[in-house]
Amino acid sequence: MSTTPPTPEPQAVIDAEMARIRTEAEKAAADGAPEELQPRRDYPPYRSSVLRHPERPLVAAPEAFTELRGPVFGVTDVTELDSDLTRQHHGEPLGERIVVTGRVLDRDGRPVRGQLVEIWQANASGRYAHKRDQHPAPLDPNFTGTGRCLTDDEGRYTFTSIKPGAYPWRNHLNAWRPAHIHFSLFGTAFTQRLITQMYFPNDPLFPYDPIFNSITDERARQRLIATYDHDLSSPEWSLGYRWDIVLDGPSATCMEEGR
Amino acid sequence: MRPPTPSQTIGPFYGYALPFAGGGDLVPPGHPGAIIVHGAVLDGAGQPIPDALLEFWQADPAGGLTGAPGSMRRDPVTGSFAGRSGVGFTGFGRVAADADGHWTLRTLPPGPAAPGALPYISVCVFARGLLHHLYTRVYLEDTAGDPLLDSLDPDRRATLIARPEQDGTYRFDIRLQGGEETVFLDFG
Repeated sequence: MSTTPPTPEPQAVIDAEMARIRTEAEKAAADGAPEELQPRRDYPPYRSSVLRHPERPLVAAPEAFTELRGPVFGVTDVTELDSDLTRQHHGEPLGERIVVTGRVLDRDGRPVRGQLVEIWQANASGRYAHKRDQHPAPLDPNFTGTGRCLTDDEGRYTFTSIKPGAYPWRNHLNAWRPAHIHFSLFGTAFTQRLITQMYFPNDPLFPYDPIFNSITDERARQRLIATYDHDLSSPEWSLGYRWDIVLDGPSATCMEEGR
Repeated sequence: MRPPTPSQTIGPFYGYALPFAGGGDLVPPGHPGAIIVHGAVLDGAGQPIPDALLEFWQADPAGGLTGAPGSMRRDPVTGSFAGRSGVGFTGFGRVAADADGHWTLRTLPPGPAAPGALPYISVCVFARGLLHHLYTRVYLEDTAGDPLLDSLDPDRRATLIARPEQDGTYRFDIRLQGGEETVFLDFG
């Protein structure tokens, strides 16, 4: 027995849901509700979130000896070529070469040193080197789209890559993700773990994307957008973007310093 | 306090970037004293979540929380994953759920992270559809005195206790939503 797949909903339906949630959030904020610093896990315009968020409140952990520490990584866990995504194959990848750099800090502004940063992204055509991405944009034999590095003593990371393209997905009809690079970060504590997405300035797809807009606070959304930095651009070589990252969550280091 | 960088979902395409060979084997197969913890990640309809990624962090058997580098040890010639050295205990594991939403961790039992504390394995859950990761804990035994467990009703408490199967193997299912929803944690 075959079932007919549901007709995909138009963008207008998603837009209306996002607008209603945004209006409610703005009203709540005006009435003094705490600032929403993180996305809502329950955000119905992102259809995949509907069955994948807890309905009960999180439980405060009274003691967290284990989570206030975290895994450590070192020079054995990365190779020098990992931070340059344009040099992982025999030829040059197609697309606009970019350098992305920034600092990883904790909420007190201290650098997160020697920790692992991992990234993954689509190629310049908006296609991931992943079997599950089958949309008809070309794969690039010279681009995989994954990178790693350790932060330096100032908490700095740097990657060389190509600017990823926007790509379609099936949340609704004609759904397109703004161009982004996925980032995975570790702090000194497991509580500071972060997986997120870095976006590029002035992307016209921002208003249409339910993943980006699951963060209802405009200022919080802006924290995911890198800054174009002309001083990071290299003549006849690459454009530069800067994106600093602040890890949420307490750590044993904070506690020991009495903060 | 600086405002934090918000989270975003891990999405469906992390599979060629984050998982690594032996990610769930904190010790090699056959290692003396090893335990196996395994289970499924399930959504609010009770369906398996095949694109969940789990990370584990724990004390060593003596309760030490220093960890060690080398979870993702690399072969400098090929750049491929060389596997852990098998000497130090890194305390960190990363496992992508399989097509059936199932995961397996081979590790050593954690020791008490503070004098008298009940040991547990900390778990961080990522998935497509999950906009902000979730933390939970795997407790291998259920005794009084743990401040978190003792704060929970019995049915909620039970979601954090791994069920012993055959020798050294424990079952721990993670339910993101629904009647038997797993307890997820807030660290403030």
